[in-house]
Amino acid sequence: MGIAESILLTIATAATPLLIAAIGELVVERAGVLNLGVEGMMVMGAVCGFAGATVTGSPWLGVLAGIAAGAAFSLLFAFLTLSIAANQVATGLSLTLLGLGLSGMIGESFVGTAGNKLSSLAIPGLSDIPLVGRLMFGQDPIFYLSILLTIGVMWFLFRTRTGLTLRSIGDNHGSAHALGIPVIFYRYLAVMFGGACAGLAGAHLSLVYTPQWVENMTAGRGWIALALVVFASWRPLRVLAGAYLFGAVTIGQLHAQALGLGIPSQLLSSLPYLATVVVLVIISRNRRLTMMNTPASLGRAFVPDR
Amino acid sequence: MNSQPDGRPANLLEVRGLTKIFGTLKACDDVDLTIGKGEIHALLGENGAGKSTLVKMLFGSLEPYSGQIRWNGEPVAISSPSVARRLGLGMVFQHFSLFEALSAAENIALSLDDDTPIGTIAAKARALSYSYGLPLDPYAMVGDLSVGERQRIEIIRCLLQAPDLIILDEPTSVLTPQEADRLFETLERLREEGKSILYISHRLEEVKRLCDKATVMRHGRVVGHCDPRNETAASLARMMVGNEVQRVVRMPAEDMQDAEKLLEIRDLSRRPATPFSTPLNGICLDVRAGEVIGVAGVAGNGQGEFFEAVSGEVLQPAAGTIRLRGKDAGRLNITGRRLLGAAFVPEERLGHGAAPRLPLSENLLLSRHATDGKAFVGAAGLLRTGAIDRAAQRIVGVMDVRKSGHDPEAAALSGGNLQKFLIGRELDRRPAVLVVNQPTWGVDAGAAARIRQSLIELARGGSAVLVISQDLDELFEISDAIAVMHNGELSRPLAIAEATREKIGLLMGGAEPRHLHQAAETA
Repeated sequence: MGIAESILLTIATAATPLLIAAIGELVVERAGVLNLGVEGMMVMGAVCGFAGATVTGSPWLGVLAGIAAGAAFSLLFAFLTLSIAANQVATGLSLTLLGLGLSGMIGESFVGTAGNKLSSLAIPGLSDIPLVGRLMFGQDPIFYLSILLTIGVMWFLFRTRTGLTLRSIGDNHGSAHALGIPVIFYRYLAVMFGGACAGLAGAHLSLVYTPQWVENMTAGRGWIALALVVFASWRPLRVLAGAYLFGAVTIGQLHAQALGLGIPSQLLSSLPYLATVVVLVIISRNRRLTMMNTPASLGRAFVPDR
Repeated sequence: MNSQPDGRPANLLEVRGLTKIFGTLKACDDVDLTIGKGEIHALLGENGAGKSTLVKMLFGSLEPYSGQIRWNGEPVAISSPSVARRLGLGMVFQHFSLFEALSAAENIALSLDDDTPIGTIAAKARALSYSYGLPLDPYAMVGDLSVGERQRIEIIRCLLQAPDLIILDEPTSVLTPQEADRLFETLERLREEGKSILYISHRLEEVKRLCDKATVMRHGRVVGHCDPRNETAASLARMMVGNEVQRVVRMPAEDMQDAEKLLEIRDLSRRPATPFSTPLNGICLDVRAGEVIGVAGVAGNGQGEFFEAVSGEVLQPAAGTIRLRGKDAGRLNITGRRLLGAAFVPEERLGHGAAPRLPLSENLLLSRHATDGKAFVGAAGLLRTGAIDRAAQRIVGVMDVRKSGHDPEAAALSGGNLQKFLIGRELDRRPAVLVVNQPTWGVDAGAAARIRQSLIELARGGSAVLVISQDLDELFEISDAIAVMHNGELSRPLAIAEATREKIGLLMGGAEPRHLHQAAETA
């Protein structure tokens, strides 16, 4: 395996959790709900995924545990913001703080435990193709899932009637209610999908990326995912591009630091954030298109009158 | 005709004793309503009479507190809009229930309960819209369409479901006279096809022209059923309001040619602030001392942007674009323009014209802290609450504002009474220039007459008054000349003697919108 190939492999591994969490949040925001608790749900997914894999001995059951933890945690957010119309921003921030604390408590006994890594899944035949073979078809299973998820969400949002209904709720929940669409029900499902995705992203961190449990191991990736959704103007392919750009610059600057180019390391460490924001802002400078894709009722509480 | 066994004609819809209570307010109180087949039935009443609440219950968006609804003789419980649609009820909403970021066809798809592909829906919608003479481009984004075109989408969406009863909530309030005529033709054709229509309006002439029966509501109760063709507009108005409505008197204006130009607008242009707002293009207008100039136009043609530019909410690049009493004001903010003697009343009452949770006296100070600084603010910036309170009570007295308590919150007043206070707040200063946007929108007839009369009196006292309104009746009642805004451009003002509804209507319609031509070409 050449050095370029191994760098590309690590880029994909760094980008996958961002992509999954951001795609989940994209669906939530398209339904008009702003869940700032991505970081909290992600870290819960990471700790529960690690615990599940260690206790049962099966990394696959760990992945399921991570997904379930994220979805269950998001249900708390859904109840507070949708059923009793609490402020979404405040609730999301509390969810993050709660998740960081709770995960530290759950994970206390697992600190220092050897991890149980989810092994790569080489697709027979295809992974032997020169150059791109290992890159595209010799990855961990969650990588494939993240790509399928992106395509699936695109298809769902823009090609199905249910996806259209979901987008309409995000555009104007009052109109949707007037037409008889069950706004709250759709939003519950969307929020839980977002939670499940964040949980899966967290499980990827503790079972694939760095197979161990460290407190606060999400290290702000939930926030990056949130920013990606906005800067990608709520479009799945742009989220994919943004996630991989972020992954690439992250890995690139690590190698640059190792080479000792004499550039301050703090500057290099900030590069991924800077590059991602700049590029996504440039590609979304068409204000009309951005406006068309922005969910107009994002973050506004909805109380139906009956 | 469809008959029951005992020979009585079957009624399509019968409502008995329908009641809806919000908190302590009985929005609908023991309402009865009967609609026959093939009938256009008018539901009349002032704002707040309970019309919208009633039809929302019929369409399943609101749950009745008590009462019974019978459909084709069978008792039914309409628990949601989709139940209503399955029964055969269709609704065209007053405040459109459309999604701006979606196309017309997608909007239509959302109200259909089956899974018809968008392409099929688009083709059907296009065919239906042309057959009724309401051309529609199914792939246009709703955010780009005029209000009249949006209403077409609502109507086509409703017709596609082939309903037996169509409810139209104030459909003509946003249309040009010509667009309204086309709507009436469509409705008459639907009646010939045997459909029933429940037509909500407070425009009495069109009700007399179109409707077979009428039910009149006041304060949540039904106060009468009648045949509108046998009534006069005045007798219908009396039923709606409960007493005679005062007529607005427009004193003849003297020759204006030599009067001083108090407000001059020179080549005012503005780029659109958001993708959905209208740019302004080379607007010129003079308003002289002693006259009322009306600006007509269908909503969304740049009136809001125009008001913002004139009032100083948005500054102009060139100071000479707006001149007040001969001084350049284009670079001055609202306070600066007020200090030159101008006063402004915006369209939105709560949140723009008044702070909802502040009492009236403090709302008075919000627009007059600078111009009446000496009277209201004392040494060291302390408020003279006594003087402010006396001024607020003076306005309440002059404008006949009905309120509960001495100094209630702005939000506690009804729309009409708050609007009387907000207009009175500016009139109390005797401004040299008054600019008002939608002075009587959502205001009951009595309050509207009071407001219109006071605008005329202000002008005749030597001020320049500019009124932006979508209500043509209002503009004809109070203006000395009417200019029409269309697509961000303003026509030359027509003196009231030469202005006819037809001329104004044609100007309001402008040329056919560009994208409809494109739609016709691709069709």
